[in-house]
Amino acid sequence: MKTLFLAMCAAYGLGAIAALVGGRNSLGRGLVALGAIAGAGVGLALGALVIATGIPFVLSVSELLPLGGGLALRLDSLGAFFLVVIGIGAIPAALYGAGYTAAYENGGVSVRLLGAMFNLFLLAMSFVTLADNVLTFLLMWEGMSLTSYFLVMTEAGEERTRNAGLWYISMTHAGLVMLVAAFLLFTAGAGSGAFADLRASAALVTANVRDTIFVLAFLGFGSKAGIVPLHVWLPRAHPAAPSHVSALMSGVMIKMGVYGLLRVALDLLGGGPAWWGGLVLGVGVVSALLGVLYALMEHDLKRLLAFHSVENIGIILIGIGAGLMFHHYGLMPLAALGFIGGLYHVLNHATFKGLLFLGAGSVLHATHTRNMEEMGGLIKRMPWTALFFLIGAAAISALPPLNGFASEWLVFQSLLAGVNIPVPEVAVLMPLAVGLLALTSGLAAACFVKAFGITFLALPRSAEAAHAHESPLSMQFGMGLLALACIGLGIAPFAIVPVLGRILAGVGGLPDAGAEFTLNVSLQTPSGFGQMSPTLIACGLLLLIGLVLSALWLFRLNRQMRLSDSWGCGRVGQTARMEYTATAFAEPLRRVFAEIYRPMKELTVDFHPGSKYFVQSIEYRSEITPWFDQSLYRPFLQSAAFVALQVRRLQAGSLHLYLLYIAVVLTVLLVVARWS
Amino acid sequence: MTYVLEPSQPLFAVALAPLVVGFVHWLKARMQNRTGAPPWQPYFELLKLLRKEVVVSKQASWLFRCVPYIVFASTVAVTFLVPFLFVPQRFDSVGDLLAVVYLLLLGTFFLALAGLDPGTAFGGMGSSREMTVAAIAEPTIAVAIFSLALGAGSTNLGRIVRQALADPTTAISPGHLLAFAALFIVALAETGRLPVDNPATHLELTMIHEAMILEYSGRHLALIEWAASLKFMIFLSLLANLFVPWGVATDFTPTALAAAVIALLLKLGLLAVLIAALETRVAKLRLFRVPELLGVSFVLALLAVTSSFLLR
Repeated sequence: MKTLFLAMCAAYGLGAIAALVGGRNSLGRGLVALGAIAGAGVGLALGALVIATGIPFVLSVSELLPLGGGLALRLDSLGAFFLVVIGIGAIPAALYGAGYTAAYENGGVSVRLLGAMFNLFLLAMSFVTLADNVLTFLLMWEGMSLTSYFLVMTEAGEERTRNAGLWYISMTHAGLVMLVAAFLLFTAGAGSGAFADLRASAALVTANVRDTIFVLAFLGFGSKAGIVPLHVWLPRAHPAAPSHVSALMSGVMIKMGVYGLLRVALDLLGGGPAWWGGLVLGVGVVSALLGVLYALMEHDLKRLLAFHSVENIGIILIGIGAGLMFHHYGLMPLAALGFIGGLYHVLNHATFKGLLFLGAGSVLHATHTRNMEEMGGLIKRMPWTALFFLIGAAAISALPPLNGFASEWLVFQSLLAGVNIPVPEVAVLMPLAVGLLALTSGLAAACFVKAFGITFLALPRSAEAAHAHESPLSMQFGMGLLALACIGLGIAPFAIVPVLGRILAGVGGLPDAGAEFTLNVSLQTPSGFGQMSPTLIACGLLLLIGLVLSALWLFRLNRQMRLSDSWGCGRVGQTARMEYTATAFAEPLRRVFAEIYRPMKELTVDFHPGSKYFVQSIEYRSEITPWFDQSLYRPFLQSAAFVALQVRRLQAGSLHLYLLYIAVVLTVLLVVARWS
Repeated sequence: MTYVLEPSQPLFAVALAPLVVGFVHWLKARMQNRTGAPPWQPYFELLKLLRKEVVVSKQASWLFRCVPYIVFASTVAVTFLVPFLFVPQRFDSVGDLLAVVYLLLLGTFFLALAGLDPGTAFGGMGSSREMTVAAIAEPTIAVAIFSLALGAGSTNLGRIVRQALADPTTAISPGHLLAFAALFIVALAETGRLPVDNPATHLELTMIHEAMILEYSGRHLALIEWAASLKFMIFLSLLANLFVPWGVATDFTPTALAAAVIALLLKLGLLAVLIAALETRVAKLRLFRVPELLGVSFVLALLAVTSSFLLR
């Protein structure tokens, strides 16, 4: 295992070095991708080995960081699962990046920095899953945040990118402050930063301190995961980053927040009162619903996908929240069901969101715009990208037999099992969560009909879209890998769920729930609440399509086909201006949820000076500003700016004044010291 | 034996579905003092469409030509899971109620994409509205499933039916009645009946389903129409057999099966009369009133779960 670990570090390191010396040409880009693919592949193998054998990988170098207990690494099965997720997300993204970064060859963008940071980012993220004491964890966490910040800032020439970077770095550091506070509180009780000591001392910590640690950790990890209302950086940073980086950040990095939450709340603290689970579940429901609602109104393809990441993190947290709740009530098989649903969705989201971001990147690459209103008809010009994007869209909409369905089914089942909790309030609020989760998935389907239909179908709405071209082979290959993963993970849950159960065995006192699931083709929940088989559904669908086609052929029913114009109520010729737009598509839902959106409308009609019956021009503008931007962040930012202004009065710029300050402060301190 | 008999149930449903729709149309005509087409008219229409040539829009892509098969196959796949005459035994573990809902959503998803494909305003309008209605109907279905699952301890249809047969009093429990009302409203919305969508209109700005499939013709249209009538029958049979499962055969004796056929026909007939009467009496709602109706159904479903939990 040590060899694998060293090979992983070496591959990422070589990739980073190759980036710095290699330069912009295709060889340099290829080496960068090769380093990242090798590193991620070896990491995946290491993770898989730990999961398969159940023996954790331990490595401690106490000389490296003598202060806080040294660099301590330990890969247990929970960390190994997330290392596997990194590998699954990173290999296609790196492959795709080799082709995608070609566009930067003669631009003002540093390809060297991008390549180096890409590898270092993956390395830091892998180390987060390995960290075994507080100092290592926080350092690697910060390394992951900083490297990803540089990746977001790749196109720093643009104002919007700099703005996005600022939001990202401030939110991630606000999160870090919470984490440092949480871990300081925790280590104060344990006396050491090693995770094993924390785990041992968790039972001795008083209830109030445990609650504080949990809330701080939830906020800190939540800001990385993108829970509402700490998600504001996601829709800004993800579109700004290069698409293969967006795929990694959205598919993999935000999952580190989930990992941290599981590690602290379940593993180190060993679970807690029921309201912990309730809080996680409630925040999950709100994030899922608001994420998809704002995604529906978005016409920037990558921003739309970023909002969907908020939604999917919500779904993951619903599973984990339900798990924490069952854990409190001692219903261990059901707790495992909730966590398995959450973890399965982590894996699935990494594949389909990665796929969708790569698809959006190909579209951006071909049309040079992210605005869906200027796209259309791309299915004819980019057939492979369209097919892969369609698979991703169907998977994220939880349509059977793709992978989104399998994990959402498990999350649904864990919520339905909520009736087993012997507290009426909980059991009555669960149906509400079920309803909202169902609404979320219905809206997600509507949103992806919009995203795919407006982007890829009908006539091109701009000249760029009309002259789009298919992306290079390496990019197609990256997308194809993820599309296969979406299908594979969808039809093989019977193989994956028991493994997830084994991963969780022992974490926070969970039993090995793998045995609870029957290992045949169908997927059964522990309490026997439901049973289904995506494998057989997939076979059945294919079989039925084949049957229908052969029946039509057999009966020699008219196979003639004629191409003609779309039917248009007698008008001649069809232009793209007659098509439905993304705004129009989402309009009914905007009206239905107007109370949440509170859209701003502005209608300016310019009349003829002679008579108001002749309209010269009409201007219509509509905007939706999310309420958390308006009522949560704006006052905060304004007061911060106000405080900064007040502080500026002290900073007059005069050296004499500053010397006076020093003298005054010194005197005051001396007086205080004398009198106390 | 079960391997031979079980696939006969979907076959039966696929064959009977056009008749159910034709029967509702015929009833409606009678209630409106018209002679109306005979109940078996839909079969002639399907045959006619299957024989005609297909006209495909120049602007449409390959997706447009695949969608009818996906829609038909996914709807037929659902019929394997639904207890029409008897409780599926081999197929019961293949999918539960959630799988049924999401398989139907699969068809809606692709149909909505096909509506956008030819690039006409009508198609987009239909897709947008269909997805809106489908999305808002989803929570009611999920919560109604919850309420049914609560009683049976399972989301699998076979378990629900068997539980209800074993304990007949559940059929008249308040939770069941409320869930029935909720699911009935949703069934109207999902299958495009009044007051949500008017199946009789063609080329009006109010239409939803018809606008979406406006570009289809020939065998493509036949498959989509057939799938639509099948979906209608699935919803009616779910309403009939999950809430009032009397008559559903649990073994494969000829008498039990004959009784099951008669019981199903009676129940479907009753529901058809109910829907025909409703469609004669009720006007179509404005599109933006539909969420209120579905909101009512959601509240009914929530009340259903709460009461079945409290009365458990």
